Amino acid sequence: MALWDSVIGAAAKRGGALIGAGRAVPLAALAQVSCLAGRLEALRGRCVLIAVRDAFTAAILLLELDGVARRMVLCTPDLQREHLPHVVRCAQADVWLSDSPQNGPPAGVELDFAVEADAQPVPLPPGLQRPFHRADCQAATEWVLLTSGTTGAPKLVAHTLASLTSAFAGERAQGAAPVWSTFYDIRRYGGLQIYLRALHAGSLLLASAGETITDYLARASAAGVTHISGTPSHWRKALMSGAAERFSPAYVRLSGEIADQGILDALRAAFPRAVVAHAFASTEAGVAFEVRDGRAGFPATLVGTSERGVELDVSRGTLRVRSPGNASAYLGDGAPPLEDSEGFVDLGDRLELREGRYYFAGRSGGIINVGGLKVHPEEVEAVINSHPGVRMSLVRPRRNPITGAVVAADVVLVEGAGAGSTADERIRKEILDACRTTLAAHKVPALIRFVPSLEMSPSGKLVRPSA
Amino acid sequence: MKLLYNHYKVTTMPVRATITNLFQEVAREQQRQLAPLTDDLKLLKCGLDSLSFALIVARLEDALGYDPFDTAESFPVTFGDFVKLYEARAV
Repeated sequence: MALWDSVIGAAAKRGGALIGAGRAVPLAALAQVSCLAGRLEALRGRCVLIAVRDAFTAAILLLELDGVARRMVLCTPDLQREHLPHVVRCAQADVWLSDSPQNGPPAGVELDFAVEADAQPVPLPPGLQRPFHRADCQAATEWVLLTSGTTGAPKLVAHTLASLTSAFAGERAQGAAPVWSTFYDIRRYGGLQIYLRALHAGSLLLASAGETITDYLARASAAGVTHISGTPSHWRKALMSGAAERFSPAYVRLSGEIADQGILDALRAAFPRAVVAHAFASTEAGVAFEVRDGRAGFPATLVGTSERGVELDVSRGTLRVRSPGNASAYLGDGAPPLEDSEGFVDLGDRLELREGRYYFAGRSGGIINVGGLKVHPEEVEAVINSHPGVRMSLVRPRRNPITGAVVAADVVLVEGAGAGSTADERIRKEILDACRTTLAAHKVPALIRFVPSLEMSPSGKLVRPSA
Repeated sequence: MKLLYNHYKVTTMPVRATITNLFQEVAREQQRQLAPLTDDLKLLKCGLDSLSFALIVARLEDALGYDPFDTAESFPVTFGDFVKLYEARAV
């Protein structure tokens, strides 16, 4: 079944709509319009890289191409152009789909052809009718999502519509159809879940590029958004904007980062009539579970197999998930296997059991999550260690109420390099200057402290803190 | 682990002055244009982004010795709210 079938089968009949800034299309009306019109047929069976800026156009294109293209690669709007050749190569993309000449393919990338989608959907040409996919279409379209990789280049994660919708497929809508919205871009896993849920049952209000959080929440409130999702960092920003005061959703969802008790309590106080739920999901593992009791962590009773066939395992100290929602593979030559030998995806989140509840206790790989952006400590240490006055350094997360964590660095100076506070200050400034020149802002240490030594393991490795 | 030297020593400066200094310091570092810090200035209109606020809160914890967000019932919306949140804990 393609995405179109599920829309026709559900939300369109109940009057759902796709709502952007200053425009809205009833889902039922999407049967008569297209952003590709006569060019759609050329994309049949192709591997299409979707590099459009506008989320509204992307929302329509996904609907048009599912069941038609062999593979769709969902590029996020902030994807750096330098990574595009890598994405094209790994995905074996042969068609480039953009929405303006500014985001056409970079020079030197091998493609069969490029197509420009219409920014506004136009009526279907005569002879073209929904559904576009053929009833005898055997192979489902592959949906490829990008996620941040260890070397800066994104990893390509392949899903199917079945794996992407496994968390809610078959759910029957109860009561009034929800109006969904999300702080995420719909081309990221967290946003795509909301897009698909909304098409399955309800309406979807899309955030617009460049829109302030105050304007977005005002629009969401005016449009009667009932269900809304974002990361804990999105929500902290929303609460700090003051715009949340005039908004009264029925369901508030957090995902993408670990939800701590502070943000859960703040949302409970800000939205007393809402269900505040935190979902645990990743692009690779899919949606593992949702917690609705307002407490951080999750009850130990969730470990095992759920009604939806999601298996959670904690026997190795980290959370592992085997589920119909798991992605099928990483794409590209030499890409690592996505699942372990038992078919589990290891999320690398270490757990602590306290009084019948599991709490997240940092990442096993030492990755630091600064407001949803990943930082590999080794990458920052390499820059710090390049300073001639530095003997060694340890980069670690430090808990933060705004972004969940910030980067902190413990630095050991070579003997005689830091003689007195003036010399220390000079070295601190030089280290920070080097970091600011070579690293993205969220990777630059928020705090640097000079320490006499760092703990080493018997094998001579730095002992990394567990949280 | 013994600290040799910590840049952000616990300060005796008034809380408001410490906060104002840190807003200015982080704005300079992040190359952001900071609006005049009046009490009714909305935090999200002051010119700083989430990362800048995260840096300010982390450094305030080192300077003042506490993080009032861990027990805060609501998030500050204006600069005045932000100062009050820290001053209330200082008493």
